[in-house]
Amino acid sequence: MSTLTGIGKDALARVVAADIPPGSFVNLGIGLPTKISNYLAPGSGVLLHTENGLLGMGPEAHGDDVDPDLVNAGKVPVTELPGASYFHHADSFAMMRGGHLDICVLGAYQVSAVGDLANWHTGQTADIPAVGGAMDLALGARQTFVMMTLLTREGRPKLVRTCTYPLTGLACVSRVYTDLGVFLISPDGVAVRDLFGVEFAELAGLLDLPLLDRTRA
Amino acid sequence: MSRVMILGSALEAVADTPDGATVLIGGFGAAGQPVALIEALLASDARDLTVVSNNAGNGDHGLAALIRDRRVRKIVCSFPRQSDSWHFDAAWRAGEIELELVPQGNLAERIRAAGAGIGAFFTPTGFGTALAEGKETRVIDGKGYVLEYPLRADVALIAAHRADELGNLVYRKTARNFGPIMAAAAARTVAQVDEIVPVGALDPEHVVTPCLYVDRVVRVERSPALSGGSP
Repeated sequence: MSTLTGIGKDALARVVAADIPPGSFVNLGIGLPTKISNYLAPGSGVLLHTENGLLGMGPEAHGDDVDPDLVNAGKVPVTELPGASYFHHADSFAMMRGGHLDICVLGAYQVSAVGDLANWHTGQTADIPAVGGAMDLALGARQTFVMMTLLTREGRPKLVRTCTYPLTGLACVSRVYTDLGVFLISPDGVAVRDLFGVEFAELAGLLDLPLLDRTRA
Repeated sequence: MSRVMILGSALEAVADTPDGATVLIGGFGAAGQPVALIEALLASDARDLTVVSNNAGNGDHGLAALIRDRRVRKIVCSFPRQSDSWHFDAAWRAGEIELELVPQGNLAERIRAAGAGIGAFFTPTGFGTALAEGKETRVIDGKGYVLEYPLRADVALIAAHRADELGNLVYRKTARNFGPIMAAAAARTVAQVDEIVPVGALDPEHVVTPCLYVDRVVRVERSPALSGGSP
């Protein structure tokens, strides 16, 4: 369909990582957002939270470092960093719900123009539903960012006026990082902050919603 | 008041679980899953169970085997569908298991609320979504909330790392997950542990689950591959 290429997943992860202030408490969702941890500057002091009960999560564990008692939310063996802490599930979700995390980055099927998020269920009745922590995470940080491709494989936009997939949370997303651009969602509307290999007019033509041009010089 | 019973086998610890019981089962995937206690429950006669657990079983063992044998009437969980949840998938597609899907943080808080004597609570999680349909809602300070009720149980099966002879528990790393809140939410709490130490051997500052929440303790040998080294 589209001949647009934009930027790759790792380049996008680098863009998100650069926007995370030093010292932030951050939860990275399963899938694409996990890549962000590879691009956080050493010494940035960013502490990663995983909802199964760890603050100060380190990189994925390999070989002798694998410990079945130490996994991330995707149940992948990980490591702990100096200064880490463990806590039970209710405390872990209280940290999120209570607004103690600075940033949460999630994947999505769709994000609406007012920041509604759909990322937990395709809506197909034959699919066994599974929500996990998605709904808690969507509301669980001071800022919720989404990282996704802007278009589906069929070329349909995932940034939409109104979500058609079942909702995860209402008006919770404030920023959307995609392969073609970075979008800011505020009461003013949806603004484009960055463009990746595409002109503003071309991007606007792909989406069925009003876009403000806030691209940086 | 009851003092903890230190039992010699997992079977002994769960054999009197009644039919129709609601059972909290700890663990997040394999981490913290009380596999020996679940296997013992499987070996008991208990059926028609309601199980509350984060997942709906992995592979062919533990909770997955309970579901395979149709001993679970209903499961309350946040994430049933996984790459290796074939026994749950088959039971669900056959209409032979009831599923109550609960967002993970609400699941944890409902269990916590049960142990803490809370009647119900308003949570923002799920507001405006399909999982809040039919539930009471309220707008508080301009924000939407959903009313959720506690998840009490007859029995909690949890795994901890170490117990003292009074039943005080400490955990290891992310295997703690649901253990402490489940221990408080059931009429009878059974813990499988890697090690039992004398009273006084646990630093009171480090005890995570105080002994008054724990009724039965069983030491279970973990295979070296699962021991995970020293705490």
